[in-house]
Amino acid sequence: MSLAAAHPAYDYRTVRQFAIMAVVWGIVGMAVGVLIAAQLVWPELLASEYTHFGRLRPLHTNAVIFAFGGCALFATSYYCVQRTCQTPLAFPSLARFTFWGWQLVIVAAVITLPLGLTSTKEYAELEWPIDILIAAVWISYAVVFLGTIAQRKTSHIYVANWFFAAFILVVAVLHIVNSAVVPVSLFKSYSAYSGAMDAMVQWWYGHNAVGFFLTAGFLGMMYYFVPKQAGRPVYSYRLSIVHFWALIATYMWAGAHHLHYSALPDWAQSVGMVMSLILLAPSWGGMINGVMTLSGAWHKLRTDPILRFLVVSLSFYGMSTFEGPMMSIKTVNALSHNTDWTIGHVHSGALGWVAMVSIGSLYHLIPKVLGVAQMYSTRLINLHFWMSTIGTVLYIAAMWVNGIMQGLMWRAVNTDGTLTYSFIDSVEASYPGWIVRVIGGAIFLIGMLVMMYNVYMTVQDAKRQDTIRDTSTPEAQPA
Amino acid sequence: MTYYDWLGVLSVVMLLMFLAIGWWAYNPKNKDRFEEAANSILDDEGIEAPNGEKH
Repeated sequence: MSLAAAHPAYDYRTVRQFAIMAVVWGIVGMAVGVLIAAQLVWPELLASEYTHFGRLRPLHTNAVIFAFGGCALFATSYYCVQRTCQTPLAFPSLARFTFWGWQLVIVAAVITLPLGLTSTKEYAELEWPIDILIAAVWISYAVVFLGTIAQRKTSHIYVANWFFAAFILVVAVLHIVNSAVVPVSLFKSYSAYSGAMDAMVQWWYGHNAVGFFLTAGFLGMMYYFVPKQAGRPVYSYRLSIVHFWALIATYMWAGAHHLHYSALPDWAQSVGMVMSLILLAPSWGGMINGVMTLSGAWHKLRTDPILRFLVVSLSFYGMSTFEGPMMSIKTVNALSHNTDWTIGHVHSGALGWVAMVSIGSLYHLIPKVLGVAQMYSTRLINLHFWMSTIGTVLYIAAMWVNGIMQGLMWRAVNTDGTLTYSFIDSVEASYPGWIVRVIGGAIFLIGMLVMMYNVYMTVQDAKRQDTIRDTSTPEAQPA
Repeated sequence: MTYYDWLGVLSVVMLLMFLAIGWWAYNPKNKDRFEEAANSILDDEGIEAPNGEKH
């Protein structure tokens, strides 16, 4: 199919840099994750002042969400927006700044978090000077991305770009509002909000970080890379429009479900619950739209492990977006809150959906930005696929069992009203699940090392063939 | 009007917006346009740099 007219030279350098760093930071972040999972089983493991669980846990979350997920989003959005708008990146030097600025943010996180410099807001732990750098990078990102859309050669803005644009704009707003602080020194600040208001602002941020950083951005990936890899247009473009508007309008209100049975006014908790339940509809609409894109092409799954990554990520997305609304129901939350069930839910989304859709997209994109026909080894992609799937399933199954068990043990009472179990009883009972989690996480991590090797060998292929260019070679106008 | 009344108004406005978006998306007049948009991303093959396979 070559309806293609003359194409400009796309800017591949920044895409390539982000793509490779996504793999590197994925390994770093997940390795820290496996380490802290092991620390829960063997508490003495590397338990120094700087490397105990409390210091490393935010490092893990920041590294996997913002370093791995962030680099994957930068790479895929820069790639997608150029190709769907048929124009190179606007402001190429600003795009370079987003790369180096983002790496600097990550390095700053790696240094400050183990030192205990934290604002203590979950997923927003970095102190104010780093927050300012994040804001600068993020606004530059918005300028580059929206600038590229503005200079597009196509009449329509493809739906993936809507999701990417919403993700970029909303994350800018969330970050700037939630990071409002009163600094008292270079590395210490206090939130501009207080009490229940602070909690609500934090979880408005926190849940929309899930909704826009970890969902809308990755749905942008889905709407571009699933059709591309399947070689078919998305199942229903019209459904994607409704999906987009319903999703962004609803997510914004769901954050209060993180504060059930807290000092937050009861009506606000109920609003959070109801909006979370409504979210099931757009979430599943989008998931079905992605999966149905394969209708008539299911046989491709047999031979194409990249497509398998993308489709299985959608099944995990469906599972976790069913689970999330259920857990937001107050009575269910009364059982699940503060247990490992929450951790299992998060990782069903983070490993199963976010990581697997990113990995599939990166396997699609990396050969293209290196100028080679395909990845070094398809068999290694297949191996990686099975390691990711098995690792994720082990992880989340262990956390479900642990979570429900913990919830039931904590609420069990004797006939005289005293607690049946002490807290330490539930900790002891959790060890088998924690061991399974270490194993599942380690399998997922080793899969990422397989990917790194595959990417390295693909780069070597490209170097040997001398195909790496900063920009793609523009297609000549067909005679 | 109290704050809570305005919340009711907001709900109605959001419902109307949702219906309007649904109407726009599923309006038969726009069908071809959206199908064209859906297909557009498959048209950029053949520009793989520099020795990529052309389709």
